[in-house]
Amino acid sequence: MLQEAALTETKTETESVTGADLLLRALEKENVEVIFGYPGGAVLPIYDKLYDSKILHVLPRHEQGGIHAAEGYARISGKPGVVIATSGPGATNIVTGLADAMMDSLPLIVFTGQVATGVIGSDAFQEADILGITTPITKYNYQIRSIEDIPRVVKEAFYIASTGRPGPVLIDVPKDIASLAAEPPEEQEVNLPGYQPTLKPNYLQIRKLTEAVSRAKKPVILAGAGVLHARASEELKEYAEQQQIPVIHTLLGLGGFPANHPLFIGMAGMHGCYAANMGLTECDLLINIGARFDDRLTGNLNHFAPNATVAHIDIDPAEIGKNVPTTIPIVADAKEALEQLIQQDGKPPAHKEWIETIQQWQKEFPYFYDKETTGLKPQKVMEMLHSKTGGEAIVVTDVGQHQMWAAQYYRFNKADRWVTSGGLGTMGFGFPASIGAQLADPDACVLAVCGDGGFQMSTQELAVIKELNLPVKIVILNNMALGMVRQWQEIFYESRFSHSKIPVQPSFVKLAEAYGIEGYVIQSEEEAEAILDDVLHSREPVLLDFRVDPDENVYPMIAPGKGLHEMVGVKP
Amino acid sequence: MKRVICLTVMNRPGVLNRITNLFSKRNFNIESISVGLSEHEGMSRITCVVHVEDDRASEQITKQLNKQIDVIKVTDITDQSIVARELALIKVQAVPYTRNEIYSLIEPFRASVIDVSKDSMTIQITGESDKVEAFIDLIKPYGIKELARTGTTAFPRGTQRSSQQQKSYSIV
Ligand SMILES: Cc1ncc(C[n+]2csc(CCOP(=O)(O)OP(=O)(O)O)c2C)c(N)n1
Ligand SMILES: [Mg+2]
Repeated sequence: MLQEAALTETKTETESVTGADLLLRALEKENVEVIFGYPGGAVLPIYDKLYDSKILHVLPRHEQGGIHAAEGYARISGKPGVVIATSGPGATNIVTGLADAMMDSLPLIVFTGQVATGVIGSDAFQEADILGITTPITKYNYQIRSIEDIPRVVKEAFYIASTGRPGPVLIDVPKDIASLAAEPPEEQEVNLPGYQPTLKPNYLQIRKLTEAVSRAKKPVILAGAGVLHARASEELKEYAEQQQIPVIHTLLGLGGFPANHPLFIGMAGMHGCYAANMGLTECDLLINIGARFDDRLTGNLNHFAPNATVAHIDIDPAEIGKNVPTTIPIVADAKEALEQLIQQDGKPPAHKEWIETIQQWQKEFPYFYDKETTGLKPQKVMEMLHSKTGGEAIVVTDVGQHQMWAAQYYRFNKADRWVTSGGLGTMGFGFPASIGAQLADPDACVLAVCGDGGFQMSTQELAVIKELNLPVKIVILNNMALGMVRQWQEIFYESRFSHSKIPVQPSFVKLAEAYGIEGYVIQSEEEAEAILDDVLHSREPVLLDFRVDPDENVYPMIAPGKGLHEMVGVKP
Repeated sequence: MKRVICLTVMNRPGVLNRITNLFSKRNFNIESISVGLSEHEGMSRITCVVHVEDDRASEQITKQLNKQIDVIKVTDITDQSIVARELALIKVQAVPYTRNEIYSLIEPFRASVIDVSKDSMTIQITGESDKVEAFIDLIKPYGIKELARTGTTAFPRGTQRSSQQQKSYSIV
């Protein structure tokens, strides 16, 4: 008897767990494969448990790189990216990534360390009010107040981040909560009475849209990233084909519909193609599926789709009618809505003339660049990369001119091959995001297309691709300038190039070499031709410093405040 | 235009911060906000009075509030038949020869005197904001020393007149 009692006692003792144990168990339960994290005082209890964990931990060389990597991972895998940062400076270093993920609806679970519960509010060492800082840029945030809450909070966080309109959720973990030992708590139910995303479309609205399509003379579909988040590209294709409706993409939606499909018009917006922007201007029925009518897409709202009946399918009701008055609102998951629309099997519109008009626009006003002058054109580089990778690569970009050229010239035929920072336009995003993309799809050819400016915001992550031997191909379109800024100064500020030229640069090749990574300077098409096949198919990381024409601009272009029909630079 | 919006929210740490944060993030102009417990345990009730340009803006406010995870219910009750009350405490200068005059103002407004000192008195008034406003205007000439207002709290009347239709938004 006595012996037995002693036994049970030691048993309960070994069963007692710490907050950090509970946290890692909760992550395992969510099948987390990789964590992007950076240690520090407040998260030491968690790091001690990570030492024995089977989950892959990736150490970025700056927390911002870590969270961007998690974004790239989320975009390609469709699963939430998981991040850990320590309290104070670690936590504030991830702010840009949270804002970026919030804007582009990427699911993230971000753990921040916090000072011990007893000293919160006392300006303790490395204390920052991360809940206050991140409330406007997270879908939701938590501070764990009691160890028993950990399993439920983590479960809720994954649910919130990955359902409805996805987004980042932050969990602030005070150090004492992570290190405290407790009995394993009872299973707590998810308790979110205020959160019930609508997935199923309203049948009446589906009927309304079906009838509007049958009556339309000039219909278009505008497909945004909502199609990708809902994994609905097959349904989009089926619906567009069934109804013969031409498709336009937003910047973030690229790949949702195959670029080589006869019904594909192209990307619309500030640097979109003529046919797409005119298609939006002239259409009589605009079916927006999972796009949020961002100002870079619509141009001046007073001139946007002036003759169109607007239908808008969005999982976030607040997006419907926010910027553009909408006649047919459909709150739903894009996949569910498209499935129902396909089922309706409505009478396709009679719109032969419209299709011909669009084809005429496409023929007459394609993207163009000067192929006569010598020197390496950035557009040519993107075309070569496209053909040498068979259009199958995952293209991750930074922000600037190179981003627009990648969007224009790398024609995506498949979904989830495109990662870019759209809503926030975050320089420094591209290279780290490519790390996450490569981890999500280890066999893919991943191109990190960066500018010479933006790459210098995340250079330190070279250490990560070396350490993990990730075969990321870094493509720098080096124009010795903050090119997009230079372009605006040329056009809108009388070529007064205030602080936009950056002729003093490191040797990017030597920089790569310093990290043990091969690099090449490429100055001409011939040089590119000679080397690309080899390096693009290698399983090693490589850096390619393309010295492109420094004076090249992105066209067509819509000046701020102008309507979509007021494009400049549509013809040579 | 002025809108009165009622919220039922989960009574969780930081919830008021989330709401006020949303107003500033979305550039909504807020006139008053009042918070307190509701009839349901664990839930609070918030009444906001906001100024918006048009129906579209008020629809945006409602939808953005609804999107908040901690918000259970949002209703714009402006166009319903409602009971709305605000409470104000006013400390006004009162010397012996003005005291009676002030009392004569208090009566028709059904306000009450809740504290008196040598040279001042404190008046409590409840009612719709307009009434409170009018009373303050009347009292002002005597010299207001301190003023505290709670902001409007409101809900729909038990019976709605049938002529008054609920606002219908494009999304139901
Ligand atoms: C963090 C951040 N800072 C500033 C900007 C403003 N900005 C947009 S594009 C750009 C220039 C980018 O230069 P580079 O990376 O060389 O790309 P390029 O335009 O030359 O292709 C700048 C400064 C930004 N988007 N993000
Ligand atoms: Mg550049």
